[in-house]
Amino acid sequence: MKAFDYARAATPADAIGTDARIIAGGTNLLDLMKLQVETPARLIDINHVGLDGVERDGEGLRIGALVRNSDLAAHPAVRQDWPLLSRAILAGASPQLRNRATTGGNLMQRTRCYYFYDVDAPCNKRVPGSGCGAIGGVNRIHAILGASDHCIATYPGDMAVALSALDAVVEVEGPGGRREIAATDFHRLPGDRPDLDTELQPGEMILSVRLPAPLGGRQIYRKVRDRRSYAFALVSVAAVVTMRAGRMDRVRLAFGNVAHKPWRAPAAERMLTGQAPSPELFARAAEAVLEGARGQGHNDFKIPLLRRTLAAVLAEAVQETE
Amino acid sequence: MDVTLTVNGTPHVLEIDDPRVSLLDALRQRLDLTGTKKGCDHGQCGACTVIVNGRRINSCLTLAVMHEGDEITTIEGIGTPGDLAPLQQAFIRHDGFQCGYCTPGQIMSATAMLEELRQGWPSQVTGDLGSPALSDDEIRERMSGNLCRCSCYPNIVDAIREVAGKAAEGAA
Ligand SMILES: Cc1cc2nc3c(=O)[nH]c(=O)nc-3n(C[C@H](O)[C@H](O)[C@H](O)COP(=O)(O)OP(=O)(O)OC[C@H]3O[C@@H](n4cnc5c(N)ncnc54)[C@H](O)[C@@H]3O)c2cc1C
Ligand code: SF4
Ligand code: FES
Ligand code: FES
Repeated sequence: MKAFDYARAATPADAIGTDARIIAGGTNLLDLMKLQVETPARLIDINHVGLDGVERDGEGLRIGALVRNSDLAAHPAVRQDWPLLSRAILAGASPQLRNRATTGGNLMQRTRCYYFYDVDAPCNKRVPGSGCGAIGGVNRIHAILGASDHCIATYPGDMAVALSALDAVVEVEGPGGRREIAATDFHRLPGDRPDLDTELQPGEMILSVRLPAPLGGRQIYRKVRDRRSYAFALVSVAAVVTMRAGRMDRVRLAFGNVAHKPWRAPAAERMLTGQAPSPELFARAAEAVLEGARGQGHNDFKIPLLRRTLAAVLAEAVQETE
Repeated sequence: MDVTLTVNGTPHVLEIDDPRVSLLDALRQRLDLTGTKKGCDHGQCGACTVIVNGRRINSCLTLAVMHEGDEITTIEGIGTPGDLAPLQQAFIRHDGFQCGYCTPGQIMSATAMLEELRQGWPSQVTGDLGSPALSDDEIRERMSGNLCRCSCYPNIVDAIREVAGKAAEGAA
């Protein structure tokens, strides 16, 4: 690990507009610092600035950036009204990690691309202009949607996939003031700037995440991976489906680990809305999600895997219980 | 920078000149509490699990300087050779280890896990998020942050089930 200066922030203002790197749970940043993938000169510890509560916000909820993943997943209101979010968080990492990991840090976690982690390999995300080891290399975990010639990495997290499906809003503050970023827009596509993961600007800090009113219906987070627990997704599907008179009424779909950001699928959502469920329709919806999808070799399997996982999730989601 | 850590009930003031020291290294190298093990040093194995302010965490992925004033419990605070905790006895009875390297982490994790379950926290395998109940699936999922290279998993589950069952009987 490279040497750094350490300071504790007493209030969010201490961490906003500085060139020091924010450290929250530390579960991603310290991992990367040990490998010298990240080499910040200064750390600012935000564990004591507050922002650790979950409050009612009209019909919605405001979640502080320092709320730990385990507290958020176990929060009674989240379990009751936004179960998709509980499910997605509980599918990620391990209990020990979730006890430390924060809402803000989880959103900001970096890719698990092997070449990004290997400081001896070329990687445009780590060292802009150095090339991409994964294109033509080992790319089993990489993107099938929205990739570029510069980077084919995926955003690896689970929580943000649920936040995207739930139309959450990320509240941030920088030296120029506060602003809101839709969760669906928070992460970027790589384009020719894969070094930028998100829309967060230097000096800005995440203060909270807002959930709009509950959607109800069936909420499913299905994560497909190499082992049953404590592993990142190969493909994940977040779905919210409400039914009315045998037809799908409200449909929200987001996919994890298929792109550089959680992948919302508005065309597929429109195609399903107002329709009676059928396997043929689900298959067409999958094709709509996969429009423009391209495998990189080792990850070609993600295309049929997404198709089948979506079909299974939708079949489960439209079963009416109440 | 001085950092006060209360470890197993005893306050220690550590002078930390270089903030790079992890909580794990501070426990092992500065306080000679070598029961807590370093497996991967990257959050991937659970050997370094300790309980901080009542919560189990990986001590390898956190800095000692981030724990000013915190209450830390390590395996040395759970039981001693002459006075083993029920989980430690159950691990011995059920042959829950071979080399023993992962065992302190397993015991710390299981200790906190039973408390999480008591508080009604759900897990990935909980059917109804509102009311988790003990089962072998729940034990396996909730212990998935602790790897065992000797693969003593079935016996670890047996040991935890026994202690959890006794705790439930005691509460009823
Ligand atoms: C072995 C292992 C397995 C894992 N498996 C999964 C998994 O299956 N699914 C999953 O989703 N995740 C997984 N994770 C990742 C884990 O969820 C993240 O490490 C964690 O959520 C990061 O949160 P943190 O608070 O520890 O962030 P930190 O490590 O403290 O910070 C991460 C980044 O966020 C920035 N940051 C933190 N807070 C703020 C803020 N308020 N404003 C602006 N920037 C901020 C930091 O500067 C840093 O760049 C795994 C991690 C490990 C080590
Ligand atoms: S896919 Fe992106 S992160 Fe991975 S090596 Fe290529 S540029 Fe780096
Ligand atoms: S040593 Fe900390 S998780 Fe492996
Ligand atoms: S007993 Fe050897 S690693 Fe678990």
